[in-house]
Amino acid sequence: MADKPEIASLSTDAAHPARGDTIEEVTGTGTRPAIIADATSGHGYVPVQTRNARFSSTDVTAFPPVTGREATWKLTPIADLADLIDGELDGTRYEIAATTSGGAEITWVGRDDERIGTAGIPEDKAAANAWSSFREALLVRLTGEEPTGATIVRSGLGGIARGAHTIIDASRFSKGVVVLDNRGDAHLAENVEILVGDGADLTVVSLQDWADGAKHVANHFAQVGRDAHLKHVVVSFGGSVVRVNPSVTLAGSGADGDLLGVYFADAAQHLESQVFLFHKGDHTKGRVEYRGALQGEGAHTVWIGDVLIGPDATGTDSYEQNRNLVLSEGTRADSVPNLEIETGDIAGAGHASATGRFDDEQLFYLQARGIPEEIARRLVVRGFLSSIVQKIGVPELEVRLHEAIEAELEGSAS
Amino acid sequence: MSTLAISDLHVSIETDQGTKPILRGVDLAISSGETHAVMGPNGSGKSTLAYTIAGHPRYKVDSGSIRLDGQDVLAMTVDERARAGLFLAMQYPVEIPGVTVSNFLRTAKTAIDGTAPAIRGWVKDVRQSMEALRMDSTFAERNVNEGFSGGEKKRHEILQLELLKPRFAVLDETDSGLDVDALKIVSEGVNRAKESSDLGVLLITHYTRILRYIKPDFVHVFVAGRVAEEGGPELADRLEDEGYDRYVAAAAASA
Ligand SMILES: Nc1ncnc2c1ncn2[C@@H]1O[C@H](COP(=O)(O)OP(=O)(O)O)[C@@H](O)[C@H]1O
Ligand SMILES: [Mg+2]
Repeated sequence: MADKPEIASLSTDAAHPARGDTIEEVTGTGTRPAIIADATSGHGYVPVQTRNARFSSTDVTAFPPVTGREATWKLTPIADLADLIDGELDGTRYEIAATTSGGAEITWVGRDDERIGTAGIPEDKAAANAWSSFREALLVRLTGEEPTGATIVRSGLGGIARGAHTIIDASRFSKGVVVLDNRGDAHLAENVEILVGDGADLTVVSLQDWADGAKHVANHFAQVGRDAHLKHVVVSFGGSVVRVNPSVTLAGSGADGDLLGVYFADAAQHLESQVFLFHKGDHTKGRVEYRGALQGEGAHTVWIGDVLIGPDATGTDSYEQNRNLVLSEGTRADSVPNLEIETGDIAGAGHASATGRFDDEQLFYLQARGIPEEIARRLVVRGFLSSIVQKIGVPELEVRLHEAIEAELEGSAS
Repeated sequence: MSTLAISDLHVSIETDQGTKPILRGVDLAISSGETHAVMGPNGSGKSTLAYTIAGHPRYKVDSGSIRLDGQDVLAMTVDERARAGLFLAMQYPVEIPGVTVSNFLRTAKTAIDGTAPAIRGWVKDVRQSMEALRMDSTFAERNVNEGFSGGEKKRHEILQLELLKPRFAVLDETDSGLDVDALKIVSEGVNRAKESSDLGVLLITHYTRILRYIKPDFVHVFVAGRVAEEGGPELADRLEDEGYDRYVAAAAASA
């Protein structure tokens, strides 16, 4: 492959000041590099590379030391994650509070479980470090054809550096919702493998509602079978550095993936998701939609959305988008959509990225109905994020997330 | 009895080419219970007048005044104007993603009244108004204006008019883009609002056809940023026959 241009600097660009009405919008189709849209920083070009050709290994020593120049670490504050990337991790069992319904079971299994490694292999050193460290994996198994559910609350991980591994195995024709509900303090590197059997319909929600100082680096690997559907949701509100990267392979013919994300970064928070959606099978359908709000000095979000439509993925329909709402000065939203297409015969593919301030017309409309400006602003932010929450389709969780958004808005108002 | 009085109003906007004057001395007074039609060609400044009354930040008032029973409307914020009893049905209603119609209506009603409406009566009022406007009940759970057709957006504006019960309503081309059935439904809504209160209406329109359903007491011909002629309903009939050409030519000659 020919050399590609490096990603351009994303430092704050005084020649491109953020204005109240600035909305940078990037839309497009095809394999050309996309422009980074960012209201409060500069923009540049993204190198094109074949996304599934990255080096991968489960062995942490197989990765060279991280320098921060790697594509996967370039926008991440690696100094804050040094021990998770290559320090020693505690890989023993930890405490969980779990509830299940229907045919859902939660157990711990050994490293020799045959499912381990079947959904994906680490492509970065922190993921490999977690993989090398875990002693037992948490297994969530959904079986039968009746609706099932499992909620796993992790609230007592504490400040010790940990490596963890989780397997979510949804058998053929199963139907269920799995929620990873993360709270309290944490210093966690982990991998989550998600196996969606043929014809299954699985929703996985990873909720990062961590305490202020928490650090969390997660890689989710999913394989979606024939005619199966995976709805994967990343919700990140709390924690100091939170990076949850889902890699989803729509493997079977007719597989369907909805990859949703919603985040709210406050002052000094770094929230990141690098999303990789691989259309491997024919007639697969993928929708990626992430939305975030940023408020406060040093609030930083990163979204990198890679979509790869492989050579056999004929008839594929794919769309990815990221939108960020900037609520104050001093924030930075990096948004990098990237689309590669290796077959000529697709039904459709596109991407969009936009980062901007409040839409003044929305505020005007609400105020013209008597709603005071402060309430109108909150209504707009809440609505902006709720557009994703509305798509999760789990009513109890939607209530919880609306409350969490409300708490973020309360926090930012004070 | 209230009066909304606009005197010698001059308004400009900032464009890439510099400041552009749009309204050039508008005089217009409307009292409770009256319906005034403002008719004029495209680009004459009708929407500018409507937005300026509502307080849109894009429009800069260079001189003149707008008073509601003597109170200085121009000194009020957008939401204060609405709470004072002014309502604008927009030509292009705005989509608000993620905010449901029912949440929006309740929030607006609470803001206007100063207290949350009693839940039972409110739900019934909303349902009745929606039925009267032939809006499916599923609208309540849809996001404000998102994916609405042009006609649905206009009905939603009139729904708000009926529920928020303002003293004066400015309807900016509410008739544009409506087929005859929708036009009748929307007109009935405006007439209901007029009957149930002492609503004053400033009906902005490009065409005369809505005047078959909403009868104006006064007609103002609006050309090149000011009122070129005023009269009773018979003036509308003349415009129907003659069009705006005569006024536009006169305005160009005097410019
Ligand atoms: N945001 C704007 N930017 C530039 N020109 C504008 C803007 N809004 C209005 N105008 C101009 O002001 C004039 C009056 O517009 P408008 O009030 O919308 O007229 P009407 O509603 O009668 O069609 C037109 O010439 C229009 O092009
Ligand atoms: Mg207009």
